[in-house]
Amino acid sequence: MKVELTINGTARTAEVEARKTLLDALREDFQLTGTHAGCEHGVCGACTVLIDGAPARSCLMFACQADGYDITTIEGMAPAPGELSVIQDAFCETHGMQCGFCTPGMVLAAHALLAREDSPDRAAIVEAISGNICRCTGYGQIVEAIALAAERLRTANTPRGVRPPQIGAPHVDPDAGEDAPGAGILEAADADMPHGGRP
Amino acid sequence: MKPAPFRYVRPTTLGEACAVLAAEEDARVIAGGQTLVPMLAMRLARPSTLVDIARMPGLSGIARDGDVLVIGATTRQVEAERSALVARDLPLLAAALPWVGHPPTRTRGTVGGSCANADPSAEIPLVAVTLDAEIVVEDESGPMPMLADDFFIGPMITAVPPSGILTAVRFPVWDEARIGAAFHEISARRSDFAFVSAAAQVARDAEGRCTRIALGIGGVGDRPVKLDVSGLIGTALDAATVAAAVHAAAAALEATSDLHASADYRRRVAVTLGARAIADAAANIQAKEGGR
Ligand code: FES
Ligand code: FES
Repeated sequence: MKVELTINGTARTAEVEARKTLLDALREDFQLTGTHAGCEHGVCGACTVLIDGAPARSCLMFACQADGYDITTIEGMAPAPGELSVIQDAFCETHGMQCGFCTPGMVLAAHALLAREDSPDRAAIVEAISGNICRCTGYGQIVEAIALAAERLRTANTPRGVRPPQIGAPHVDPDAGEDAPGAGILEAADADMPHGGRP
Repeated sequence: MKPAPFRYVRPTTLGEACAVLAAEEDARVIAGGQTLVPMLAMRLARPSTLVDIARMPGLSGIARDGDVLVIGATTRQVEAERSALVARDLPLLAAALPWVGHPPTRTRGTVGGSCANADPSAEIPLVAVTLDAEIVVEDESGPMPMLADDFFIGPMITAVPPSGILTAVRFPVWDEARIGAAFHEISARRSDFAFVSAAAQVARDAEGRCTRIALGIGGVGDRPVKLDVSGLIGTALDAATVAAAVHAAAAALEATSDLHASADYRRRVAVTLGARAIADAAANIQAKEGGR
């Protein structure tokens, strides 16, 4: 069957067997091997991708079912080759990863959470990654990474020295006027972390 | 973990979908696929054809119809979870949905799919039975509504005819002014299959007396069941009275034993969780504008 998908913003097509999962199609037909194959029956979350922006398990969907949808994989997270997203960077900084097998799924689950909630509490973070198994970290640093990323994204638009960042404050500064820089997130985060967050 | 080969079709009308099901004995309907796909992956199911209804027009959405809230079969669980209508009209369903699977399965899993799958420990079927919802099944001969209690026959067994498709679940909305609901379950780990689950919805008058009550228990037997605690109507729902009523009602429960929990354990936990659900529902009462 022919499937047409938008993957990380690019229109792609492939000829796949009906029984091929979206996970296998991403890895084999589109060579996007950042999406990891763990249990292949919906238990571990390693294969998490975003389907039309919502996190879902790519092993629990056939590629033909996904025809026409917008898929975001871990390869679509970084702003440019060789760079990291704010969330990926926070995972490095807090040691939110060891072997890295669960990491793409964790990052996408975190991305979906932070796209909806700018100040998630610990319970909301834990709930958002409750379907993702990590066998290395013990989860503590992953939760820490997501909280750190949330804080950075939340405060990224606040001009320094003008107003101290406040937890729970609106994501966009209501006083900032028309030119509140929606795309300024990465610049501000970069300013925070001259070496991408690592020493 | 690769499914056996099958044919895939995505019909755009109910008639076409029913025709495929009628023509092929081993054809199966797929919507969210969050339970079916693992079964295919483990080759516990080998359908000849998958009939995808996830995007069929007219099967998705949440709407009020008189004193009923109608949830279309392919409405995703996350949509119901975030729905203002569900939060206002079906507090019990709103309380149960966060227990269904995990966030990334609720984005694909559907309300109708959970009912059609009929896992004895599933949350949405339990809410349907507790609130006396009607489940609508359609085939060539048209829509056939049936009471949830008649729809669920046993583990993964429902009254859907071979060429029928579940199209909607109709949940009665309580019109009392002060309603509360609570949902509890015990499982090995968060969001895993429940050994026992309890769902309660309660209405109280201005003096705090119970005017209406529904209690359901899931996971204990081979299908969700409603317990008769109507004796609590007119009481102030004090702890001792509730515990005695739930204890008496639970005597009728048929419980199964398996590797996870014995029948005795399940029955005991059902009493505890049932009483806890009623107590929390009674404490959670929200006053509603325009109710009676
Ligand atoms: S590989 Fe998809 S959930 Fe484990
Ligand atoms: S870092 Fe190894 S599984 Fe999570």
